[in-house]
Amino acid sequence: MGSRQVYEALEAEVAATGLDDVAVRRVGCLGLCASGPLVAVPELETLFEGAGPGNSGAREDIVSTLKGEPRGGRPMAGDPFFSRQVKVVLERCGRVDPESIDDYLESGGYEALAKVVASMSPDEVTSEVVKSGLRGRGGAGYPTGLKWRTVAKEAGPAGKFVVCNADEGDPGAFMDRSVMESTPHQVLEGMAIAGYAVGANRGYVYVRAEYPLAAERLALAIRQAEQRGYLGARVAGTRFSFHVELRMGAGAYVCGEETALIASVQGERGTPKPRPPYPAASGLWGCPTLINNVETFANVPPIISRGAEWFSSIGTERSKGTKVFSLAGAVKNTGVIEVPMGLTLREIVFDIGGGLAPGRRFKAVQTGGPAGGCLPEELLDMPVDYESLTQAGSMMGSGGMIVMDDSTCMVDVAKFFMDFCRQESCGKCVPCRVGTHEMWRLLDRMTRGAASRRDLEQLESVAGMVRAMSLCGLGQGAPNPVFSTLRYFRDEYLAHVDEHVCPAEHCQMGAPERAGVGPA
Amino acid sequence: MASLRGADGKQQPAKEAKWAVEVVTVEPGPPERGRETDDEERWHPLDAKMCELGYRPDALIEVLHTAQEAFGYLGAETLAYVGERLGVPKSKAYGVATFYSFFTLEPKARHTCVVCTGTACYLDGAAALLSAVADVLAARAKAAAPGEKEAAGGWISLEEVRCLGPCSMAPVAVVDGEVHGKLSPSGLASLVKAL
Repeated sequence: MGSRQVYEALEAEVAATGLDDVAVRRVGCLGLCASGPLVAVPELETLFEGAGPGNSGAREDIVSTLKGEPRGGRPMAGDPFFSRQVKVVLERCGRVDPESIDDYLESGGYEALAKVVASMSPDEVTSEVVKSGLRGRGGAGYPTGLKWRTVAKEAGPAGKFVVCNADEGDPGAFMDRSVMESTPHQVLEGMAIAGYAVGANRGYVYVRAEYPLAAERLALAIRQAEQRGYLGARVAGTRFSFHVELRMGAGAYVCGEETALIASVQGERGTPKPRPPYPAASGLWGCPTLINNVETFANVPPIISRGAEWFSSIGTERSKGTKVFSLAGAVKNTGVIEVPMGLTLREIVFDIGGGLAPGRRFKAVQTGGPAGGCLPEELLDMPVDYESLTQAGSMMGSGGMIVMDDSTCMVDVAKFFMDFCRQESCGKCVPCRVGTHEMWRLLDRMTRGAASRRDLEQLESVAGMVRAMSLCGLGQGAPNPVFSTLRYFRDEYLAHVDEHVCPAEHCQMGAPERAGVGPA
Repeated sequence: MASLRGADGKQQPAKEAKWAVEVVTVEPGPPERGRETDDEERWHPLDAKMCELGYRPDALIEVLHTAQEAFGYLGAETLAYVGERLGVPKSKAYGVATFYSFFTLEPKARHTCVVCTGTACYLDGAAALLSAVADVLAARAKAAAPGEKEAAGGWISLEEVRCLGPCSMAPVAVVDGEVHGKLSPSGLASLVKAL
């Protein structure tokens, strides 16, 4: 939103003042996206918000503050948005220039990789990751070390691959985007360490096409790392070689599913395959393939540098470490945050998130994207970890957290997610292709006041079938928003079907059926 | 380009056909952007990309991205050209081009307005943004003289995208490549009218 122009303007204005102990630098994401563009003066712990290109007043405040006459800005010390966060993955975000490998190196970057290839055996590396308790951050939470071990054990005579899933397709989730744009080298370092551990010499980063800046920065980072010898034929001067290539997605949510992603890297339609065989045994071109999420890889260098014991001291018994969330929706402090596992929803939404705008009431928080669920007010004191979220009918997912207020209709929300799944369904299996369409149709009738109790029963029945019978996670997860909203907001459904009333006063009862129903 | 035929082979209107067999014939489309005559130079960006990626079949999606950037859309000739050089059958190339929502087989209009319909944007009124732009288009089409009807459709294409990422700025729309956040329906309508 114009941060480049702000940077140039500030550089010029600071130079004009003659202050020679001030450096104006471009950094990655500072987190508080709600009030961007942001300028921080870290030594004075002050954040200047809304400093857009047109806001010369903000720049005057900044220059005045730098001159020793503090004006404007928001103190960062003691502000729960900053103080309650624990930055492991996002440690360098907002501190280093994402386009400078020197910045990354100066902040300790690539030290973990150098240590691994010089002094650790592949097995030692995998054991460290197992000990740390790191679980996949893409959504399912599968133990990362265990996955690495599985790939490492495969013979893979034709070679093995490491793939970074940067397809972040959940609408409302932008954690991976922030990591890639702010600290791309950290992701590459994690991939290289993984390659060493599992015996792979080639890696791919599959980036969704909707993230051109992330792709650009990753491409630059790859070139820089190759020039300095952290990627390529002789990593850190050793005989270990690791080459990384970027592959772009082309607008298909289903390609976040690992077998569909593999098909896409192979230049094919992104349709999933039945598992087993799992990618660990047979993935890209039939070779053993390790697939992990961006955030998962970004956790690896800190684990190697500071040790598995340190990592497992953060978080809860079964959910170790931190989680990056993208907070969006009706909350004041929308943006990217990183917190230890186990913090409660209330602490995240109200302390860090700053609560809702005056006059609005909290209604629900949605986690896990289109395969997730909506959690109501009574669950606000629930700790945020893998098990708790799943038990409550939602899931951790990739980290999207959308706060909803009293103006939201939960039936409409379920319809929104079902519409999404219906359009993104690859079409390969009948339960998903037809089932999501049928469920959407029923939800659409409910939101138009054209449904009956029987339609509600039909919805529940089809939902069960789609979950049980679909080939992949898209179909299996598609009914989740319906199940969770039925669990906690059943009265809203009943009002829609029995009385043809929308309690949130959102749905247009009596609206005509949309003509030409089909993918929009 | 696609024609619907019934079992008896006669073309039928979509509504009445009970079991419509979709026979898709890929006819040569309108000339791609940047193509004056049978100039071989227009293939250069594609050739460069294919060479970079070793002419392997798995380069298909990357090359189609390059092609769409160069020509604005993927015509039949492009698909045939790429498929032949990568060793990908035309049917597969066509299958890939139609699977991914980023690719289009039809030329785009002069301007694009892409409205984000991700969760945060949806809750913040993406639907209203879409209606506002649709209204502007409808008004313009109505005001256009009969001969100019095509011009209205070729002026701007209104599209949806599922989440661009800047959710704190919801609702978001991208007009001719420029991202605009915290939009109101009237704000977006003004932006579009000014194009």
